[in-house]
Amino acid sequence: MNGRTLSATPTLTERAGALFHRYANPGRFLRLGDRIQPWLTWSAVIITLIGLSWGLFFSPADWQQGDSVRIMYVHVPCAWLSSSGYFALAVCSVLSLVWKHPLADLAAVEIGPVGACVTATCLATGSLWGKPMWGTWWVWDARLTSVLVLFFLYLGHIALIHAFDDQQRGYRAAAILALAGAVDLPIIKFSVQWWNTLHQPASITLTGAPTMSQTMLWPLLISTLGFTLGFAAIVVARLRAGVMESRIRSLLSSPRRASSGEASA
Amino acid sequence: MTHLPYILASYGLAGSLAVILSVGAALRLKRDRVKLASLEAARGRSQGGKRA
Repeated sequence: MNGRTLSATPTLTERAGALFHRYANPGRFLRLGDRIQPWLTWSAVIITLIGLSWGLFFSPADWQQGDSVRIMYVHVPCAWLSSSGYFALAVCSVLSLVWKHPLADLAAVEIGPVGACVTATCLATGSLWGKPMWGTWWVWDARLTSVLVLFFLYLGHIALIHAFDDQQRGYRAAAILALAGAVDLPIIKFSVQWWNTLHQPASITLTGAPTMSQTMLWPLLISTLGFTLGFAAIVVARLRAGVMESRIRSLLSSPRRASSGEASA
Repeated sequence: MTHLPYILASYGLAGSLAVILSVGAALRLKRDRVKLASLEAARGRSQGGKRA
């Protein structure tokens, strides 16, 4: 009786699993992707153009840094996306390891290279900003070093996924690496508080008022929104392609399986 | 505007990356859509042939 009552009431994990599995159907995902792709793409293009044009031509120059502060409108969105992209990778890893969500593995495969490119751009634009301001391209500062570690974690994730002949083993190993590497995210966030760094502290926090002028804050927020939508649009497009490629692989292997079954019979 | 080369390099780098990633994704999507359609059409024909 008790056993029947317990099995009839779904636990929180089962409920969450049911919700995630609702969107695990590749056909359903492709239909949803078809609908949201144009909206994501065009809103990303328009919002990014508005944000970057505002930052480049209409926002004021900084009283100390001069015009080089305009690099911020590219560097900060890339920095935000490098961390949030890795967070998305860690969420996909949990979905894959706990609920064996089939799309989570494919999403992790597609997020990795985009995240690595964005992190590389963050490091490169940071160097391009550092040279005129600090007089050097690179310092082994806690913030810069922790972001470099994040870049290597992305590369490791990509390498690990493709390192095994058995695809499932690759997914599992990469998911464990992504989860272990997530410890780097708070280190990146708090590095400027925990250590004495050349990199400036955060100008925008959840708890306090922003320490920058509104004339700079708005184009920065708009650029960040545009970059985020662009990142999402690229990942959704790659994920749709990944789902199609998995369908193509299963179609190509099914006649082979059928013929080998006939041969063994 | 002595920092102009650094600013242009940053914007150029980010723009090039966005173009490369989005064009790459679009081409891959297009190629996969064509391949999947042709495979499904071939599969449909072979199943139709077996039924007949």
